[in-house]
Amino acid sequence: MTGVFLVFPALWTVYIGLLRYSLTGVSASAPTFRGIHNYTDALRDPLFRNALKLTIFFVLLSAVIGQSMLGFAIAWRMRRSNAITRSVVQTLVLLAWILPSTVVVFLWQALLSRNDGTLNALLRSGSTDWALSHPLATIVVFNIWRGTAFSMLLFSAALAAVPNSQLETARLVGASGLQQLRDVVFPHIRGHVLTNTLLISLWTFNDFTPYLLTGGGPNHRSETLPVYVYNVALKGGQLGFGSAISLIMLLINLVVALFYLRLLRERRRA
Amino acid sequence: MRVTRRASAYVIGLVVISVVATGCVGAKKNNADKKRNATAKNVTLVIGSNSIKGGKNTEGAVHTLDYTIPKFEAMEKAKGVNVKVTFQGSGADDEIYKQRLALSLKVGGGPDVFSMDGIWLGEFAQAGYIKPLDQVVGSSVGSWDGWSQISSSIMQNATFGGQRYGIPSGTDGRILYFNKKLFAKAGLPATWQPKSWADIIAAGKALKKLPGITPLQIDAGTAMGEATTTQGFLPLLAGAGQLIYDDKTKKWQGATPAVKNVLSFYQQIYSGGLGDPKLQEDQNGRDQSFAAFSQGKVGVLAESDYLWRSVICPDKSKCNTTAMPDRNQTVGFALIPAMKPGSGVAGQNFVSISGGGDEVINPNTKYPQQAWELMQFMASKASVIAGLAGTAQITERSDVNAEVLKNDPLLSFINTKVLPITRFRPGLAVYSTTITTAIQQATLDVVTGKSVGQAAQTYQQTVEKAVGANAIQTG
Repeated sequence: MTGVFLVFPALWTVYIGLLRYSLTGVSASAPTFRGIHNYTDALRDPLFRNALKLTIFFVLLSAVIGQSMLGFAIAWRMRRSNAITRSVVQTLVLLAWILPSTVVVFLWQALLSRNDGTLNALLRSGSTDWALSHPLATIVVFNIWRGTAFSMLLFSAALAAVPNSQLETARLVGASGLQQLRDVVFPHIRGHVLTNTLLISLWTFNDFTPYLLTGGGPNHRSETLPVYVYNVALKGGQLGFGSAISLIMLLINLVVALFYLRLLRERRRA
Repeated sequence: MRVTRRASAYVIGLVVISVVATGCVGAKKNNADKKRNATAKNVTLVIGSNSIKGGKNTEGAVHTLDYTIPKFEAMEKAKGVNVKVTFQGSGADDEIYKQRLALSLKVGGGPDVFSMDGIWLGEFAQAGYIKPLDQVVGSSVGSWDGWSQISSSIMQNATFGGQRYGIPSGTDGRILYFNKKLFAKAGLPATWQPKSWADIIAAGKALKKLPGITPLQIDAGTAMGEATTTQGFLPLLAGAGQLIYDDKTKKWQGATPAVKNVLSFYQQIYSGGLGDPKLQEDQNGRDQSFAAFSQGKVGVLAESDYLWRSVICPDKSKCNTTAMPDRNQTVGFALIPAMKPGSGVAGQNFVSISGGGDEVINPNTKYPQQAWELMQFMASKASVIAGLAGTAQITERSDVNAEVLKNDPLLSFINTKVLPITRFRPGLAVYSTTITTAIQQATLDVVTGKSVGQAAQTYQQTVEKAVGANAIQTG
C-alpha cells in the first residue's frame, strides 16, 4: 500500500522533475530530458527563494509561535474556568477549525474587503485593503485563527495529565505562575509540545488555504511554497519544473520531521 | 562501504524506473475509427462550457439547457436515435477553466463538445489534446453549409497550422468606454474620441477633480491575468506601432521603444493618481472594476464588447448587480487611439485587439459523428439567433450578423469601425505560457513603483529565456 500510494508517486515526481514537460504545447506531447536543470533552476530562481523565505516565516509565526502559544494559553486558562465558559470558548475555537476552507475564506474576504469590509467598519479605518497592504500578516493571522483548535485540544489533554498535587506543592512553596509552568508543567508535557509542533509545522508548511485568501499576491508577497508550486505547475503549465520544486519541498518536510523525531527520541533516552 | 553500495543500488533502481517510465509521459496516440459508434441507437453526449446558469455567462448556459439540448434530442429522436445530452457548466476564471480542460483532455476525459478560447488552440493542438476536424470526424466536415457564412478573419480563431480544429463562435473587439455623466461634470464632451494617449491623460486629469471616482482603468498586473494583456497592453502596443510577435521576422518584442512607451503610459496613469494601483493587485480586481464602472465610479474603462453585452446590460436578470438600466444614455464608447495620430501599427490612427471562442470536438469522444451533428446544430442559423435571445453580439455567421447587429449601436460600431482595424494575438503556446505572464508582471512592476527601464529589462530577460536570444527584438 505504502508502495503504491507513497513511494511510486514520489519516484514519479523525481522522474517528471527531470523533464521539460508542460501542461500544453509541444512539450506536453513530446517531453524532453533536462537532467537536473529543473532543480538547479529552482534553487537559483529568486521567486523560489522568496517563497521559501515566506514559508519559513509563515510556519514560524503562525504555527510554531502563534498556534502553539495561543492554543496553550487557552488550554491553560480554561483549566480553571467553569464548564459553560469552557464549552463556549472551545466550541468557538473548534468551529474555526472544522468549517470548510472555502466557506471560511469567503467570510474572511468579507471581513477584510476594502469596500465596506467588516474590519474597516469596526476599526473605522476607511477603505484599508488589509489583504493587499499586509499580505503575510493576513495569512499568518488567518492561520492562527484557523488552526489553534488542534493545539488547544492537545494541550488540554496534556494538562489534564499534570498531577494537581505537584502544582499544589509548588504553589505552597511560593512558586510564581511562570515558575510553575517551567518547572512543573513543562516537564510533563514536553513530548506533547514536540508532537504538536511537528504536526502543525508540517501542516502549515504544506497548507494551501492561503491561496484562497490572497492567491499568493499581491506581487508574490504571500506566495508560500505550495502556492508557488501551484502557480508554476498548473497556472503556468510547467509540470516538470513544478515537480522539481515539489520534490525539494518533500525533502524539506523530511528534514523537519527527522529533526523533531530525533528530539523526541533523545527525550525518551534521557 | 556497505552504505555506498546500498546507495548506488538505490540510484540504479531509480534510473531503471525512470527508463521504464519514459514514454508513459506525453500524449497518448489514438488512431480510433472516425465512424466508431456512428449507428448507435443510444448515444450520450456532454457539452462543456465556461458558463453557468445564474452566474458567469448565464445566457450561454440557459441557451444550451433550454434550447440546444431539448431541440437536438427531439431532432435525433425523430431519426430514431436516443440521444441524451448533458451540460457541464462552469463559472470559473478563464485560466482555471483552461487548466481543468487541459487536465481532463490529458487523461483522455473531458466533454464531447466544448467551448474554448481561440488563443488556446495552438498549445492544445501541439499537446495533442485536440485534433483537426478532418481527423476526428472525417472529410465529410467540409460539406457543412455553414462554412460559407464564416468570414476568413473569424475563421483564424479556429485554425492552427492551416487546419480547421473547430467552429468559431463569434468575435469581439476592444474599445474605450466612458461615463457620460462624469464627463459632463468634468466638462468633457459626450462625443469624446481621443486622438492620442495624451488626450486620454488629459481626460483623466479633468476627471481627477471629481471626488470619489477613479478617472481611468486600464487593466494591469498579474491578478487580472489575460485581461491585462488583451484589454490593456496589446492594444496600447499596437498603438505604439508594434505587434507582440512579428510573423515575418519571427521575433517577439523585447525591451523595445514601443514596449517602453506602453509601460511609461501605465506609469503616467498609476503613479499620477489617474488610476487605482491597488485594484490592479486585487484577486478580484477585474470584477471590482466592472462593479465600480456600473456604479458610475470609473471615468474611462478599456474593455471589449463583452462588458456591454454581459456586464452592464440594462437587464437585471442577465447582468445581476452590475446591470445598468440607463446604459444607453450613460455609457459612451470610443476607439482606442494610437500613441500619436498615425503612430499605430501599419500607420493606423486607431487600433484594437480581437479574439473569440471556438466549439471543438474532443478527440476521445465515443461518438465523433453524433458530436459533429450536435456542433453543426449549435452553429446553425436558427440556433445562433436563438442564442442571442434578443440581444446582439458579433457572431461567426454573416447571415446572422446582417440581421442582428443593426439593432445595437455599440456592436454595429465594432463590426464596422473596429473589426477592419483590429489585430489578433499570436496563437502560439509560448505566448500563453510565458509571454503574457511576462507582460503582466512588467505592468505590475510599473504599477507598484519600479522604473520603466527596470520593468522592461526584467520582461526582456523572461522572454529571452523562453524563446532564445535570436527570436527577440531588442532596443
